[in-house]
Amino acid sequence: MKRYLLSRLWQSVVTLILATIVVFAGVRALPGDPALALAGEDRDPESLRAIREQYGLDDSLLVQFWQFVSHAARGDLGRSIRTGEPVGSMIAGALPVTIELSILAILVASVIGVGAGVVAAVRRGRPAEWAANALALLGLSVPNFWLGLMAILYLSVALGLFPASGFVPFFSNPIDNLHHLVLPALILGTGLAAVIMRQTRSSMLDALSADYIRTAEAKGLSPRAVIGKHALRNSLIVVVTIVGLQLGALISGAVVTERIFALPGFGKLTVDAVFQRDYPVIQAVVLVTATAYIVINLLVDLLYSVIDPRIRVRGDA
Amino acid sequence: MKPVLEVKDLSVTFRTEDGKLSAVDRVSLEVGDGEVLAVVGESGCGKSVTAMSIAGLLPRTANVDGSVKLDGTELIGADKRTLRSIRGREVAYIFQEPMTSLNPVFTVGHQIGEVLRTHVGLSRQAARARSIELLKLVGIPSAERRVSDYPHQLSGGMRQRVMIAMAVACDPKVLIADEPTTALDVTIQAGILDVLRGLRERLGTSIVLITHDLGVVADLADRVAVMYAGRVVETAQVHELFANPQHPYTAGLLGASPAAGRHAETHRLNEIPGLVPLLSEQPDACTFADRCPRAVDFCTTSQPQLTTGQHQVACWNPVREPVEV
Ligand SMILES: Nc1ncnc2c1ncn2[C@@H]1O[C@H](COP(=O)(O)OP(=O)(O)O)[C@@H](O)[C@H]1O
Ligand code: SF4
Ligand SMILES: [Mg+2]
Repeated sequence: MKRYLLSRLWQSVVTLILATIVVFAGVRALPGDPALALAGEDRDPESLRAIREQYGLDDSLLVQFWQFVSHAARGDLGRSIRTGEPVGSMIAGALPVTIELSILAILVASVIGVGAGVVAAVRRGRPAEWAANALALLGLSVPNFWLGLMAILYLSVALGLFPASGFVPFFSNPIDNLHHLVLPALILGTGLAAVIMRQTRSSMLDALSADYIRTAEAKGLSPRAVIGKHALRNSLIVVVTIVGLQLGALISGAVVTERIFALPGFGKLTVDAVFQRDYPVIQAVVLVTATAYIVINLLVDLLYSVIDPRIRVRGDA
Repeated sequence: MKPVLEVKDLSVTFRTEDGKLSAVDRVSLEVGDGEVLAVVGESGCGKSVTAMSIAGLLPRTANVDGSVKLDGTELIGADKRTLRSIRGREVAYIFQEPMTSLNPVFTVGHQIGEVLRTHVGLSRQAARARSIELLKLVGIPSAERRVSDYPHQLSGGMRQRVMIAMAVACDPKVLIADEPTTALDVTIQAGILDVLRGLRERLGTSIVLITHDLGVVADLADRVAVMYAGRVVETAQVHELFANPQHPYTAGLLGASPAAGRHAETHRLNEIPGLVPLLSEQPDACTFADRCPRAVDFCTTSQPQLTTGQHQVACWNPVREPVEV
């Protein structure tokens, strides 16, 4: 287990280095010149050169790369070309919003997905299963932005149940904060909920026909213990893997959702930075995303081994 | 002696896509206190279905008729709660596949303890302590350590011992062992049989032993019921049956060899040419007629019923001459 973790850690470092290079090159391959974007109306060569010099844009790519890496390694992500603000603090402001939104979405999706999946498996061939399947199909096929707009239109504007947009930090008012995030989390989580539901349903069906379920029944356990413990615990092994694989989709979904609900999160930061060719911000954003992605995958792996003892404990039989 | 388990006219049909399938037809069995009843017969003849229907473990597609009485309590048609309180406490099962019958994600101690916590209301610690005792009882070395093992850390034979420990945790009245050694190496089988024999001697548990293996029958059983195509075709004390098989099918199984009883340790059931028919195909005939060397005209038009008495047989033309022992 220890060795496995170490090798995973090493893989992560390599992935991160590769990601850094790709990001750096990718940003510069984007059409458009940040100096031009910054200079605005003032297009005279003199001021353009001044801008380039100020942000190191006229250095060779190699020098720029070294600057970026050596600063980033010290935690200095540079300043935004657009606002002059330190990129670090921009990210520190935006990241919690997105993390909270994602965690809420995963929670909502897991509760709904696992619950509906179990019901669909246990009530196989009955109306409850059809309903769950239909919901999953909807969840997968309806795009987030449409769902978000409909939710705002009906739940927020018409019924006034939720605020239509905006954000309140958790620590200044937790209730208000959740009130603002419930709807976005629900919308963001629909796709994931559908995927989890389908996966739970099929792995529950597998588990329910396993020999150890017959054993559990022969022991006189209640249906609750047979289904909720013996079958579900085995099904979750697969579900956790699927959730891990879906996180990429979740992160990109967060970008869209944040835009619809005007949440000042990572998605908004990214989109703004790309539109304005704000190199330092784009680089930092992608780097943070890549890191987050790697860390999350490591966590999923760990969770996986917590659920499945065959990974945690080597057999010696 | 009043039987502990009394199965009477048990019939099971399954609703399948091709219509109704009859798997067990008016089977009657009795198991006395501390008795070991062996149920033998070819694969697919309804042994497992009979066993599973005793504690109501068949899937919803099964339709069960007849009567199963445990110490006088009727189990067929009993409500779910009653059945649950009986399963694992008064009737316990051991299955054929030790590799897959334990849940891979819980320790063996947890899985044994679960029975005790459910039926006896033991605390976690007490259940664990008792699990260790049970593991010792079934001959698992270093039980204190093994109790925290997961199934994948144990060999097939050890897992089957765990299954047995789990089954006898609440000291059940009847233990139903459905081919407990079939999936195991020959070298491991003897150990498992020793455990079963020990339980029967020490705890006085009545055992229904389903098996293919005549050696196991000779070794452990007091009485034998021979099943063919969903019906019991012959039943007798084990020595009587080996010495004097009356049903042509039983005689075929034993290879009609005078020494079959004595050398049974090395014998599995003889292959008898032909296929086991589906029950539903022959409502008014002896199901064995197609394969029977002793068949008479009568056999294809009328179904023979079990005789009564100590040695029961369902056959129009039974083997009468006793085989030399
Ligand atoms: N769940 C089921 N649905 C339909 N048919 C079944 C089911 N379980 C068993 N059967 C049928 O019942 C018959 C008896 O099976 P079984 O009792 O398992 O035989 P065995 O004597 O080998 O244990 C077989 O023909 C089998 O196909
Ligand atoms: S009844 Fe007839 S066919 Fe059936 S076993 Fe007896 S002799 Fe054979
Ligand atoms: Mg069987």
